[in-house]
Amino acid sequence: MAKKVAYSAILVALAMICSYVEALIPFHFGIPGIKLGLANLVVVIALYLLKPSQAFGISVARIVLVAFLFGSLSSLLYSLAGGMLSFIVMLLLRKIRGFSVIGISIAGGVSHNVGQLLVAALVVENMSIFYYMPVLLIAGLITGMLIGIVAAKVCRHLRVVVE
Amino acid sequence: MLKKRDVIFIIIVILLAGIMAVFMYPKHGEKGETVRIMIDGKEHGNYLLGEDRVIEISNNSGYNKIVIENGEVYMEKADCPDQYCVEHKAIFKENETIVCLPHKLVVEMHSQGKEAVFDGVAQ
Repeated sequence: MAKKVAYSAILVALAMICSYVEALIPFHFGIPGIKLGLANLVVVIALYLLKPSQAFGISVARIVLVAFLFGSLSSLLYSLAGGMLSFIVMLLLRKIRGFSVIGISIAGGVSHNVGQLLVAALVVENMSIFYYMPVLLIAGLITGMLIGIVAAKVCRHLRVVVE
Repeated sequence: MLKKRDVIFIIIVILLAGIMAVFMYPKHGEKGETVRIMIDGKEHGNYLLGEDRVIEISNNSGYNKIVIENGEVYMEKADCPDQYCVEHKAIFKENETIVCLPHKLVVEMHSQGKEAVFDGVAQ
């Protein structure tokens, strides 16, 4: 139990640092919502090394804490929508099997963007925001793949430590 | 590395994005004719892209300054926290949008006589 809590805490801290570092790097493409999603690296790794419930807790804790520290109430709403949808999708694909870490990370990146866009469309009550959908799909694909490649490498080394 | 299902998933996403892009993005940048500003889902106003003008909007959510100039629209100023709308490039093609999410404000390009792709979805 103590070991479990310790791992979760370390990963939450790591995810928060990832969010912070990412916020420091100016990484704008003129389209809102495109970012690397470094924190998702931690969630993907947690999904592979720990129980789903733990990984879920890490994801929620990270989102809430980062929103309280650096964001606002509205940014919490978007992050939660994206974060929860991407977690559910990644968990489902993990259960289905047949997907690699990279595939799951890609699914996470894509669904994260879709979730945020859905909330944004609800907030502005305007469908024309879906104009960004194709761009965000491809952006999620690319960032998800980058994160997945790193996660695959990290998992290989971490498995030894955790087990 | 990549497994079969990964590849299938990637192809599906690319196809989906491609199909949506073909339907939503104008071919060779058909120029829009009117600029529609929507606030909180309601229409605020329609303006001709051909006529240069400055539209200032001040309400409970905040301040936005939208400029129509030389056949392009852009957000010159906004007091929203993220400033994504100000950083957004100027738009002029049909269906292009600039969104100021914190102020629930959307600037859309339209062509007269042609219904926007999204109107059908919205109704």
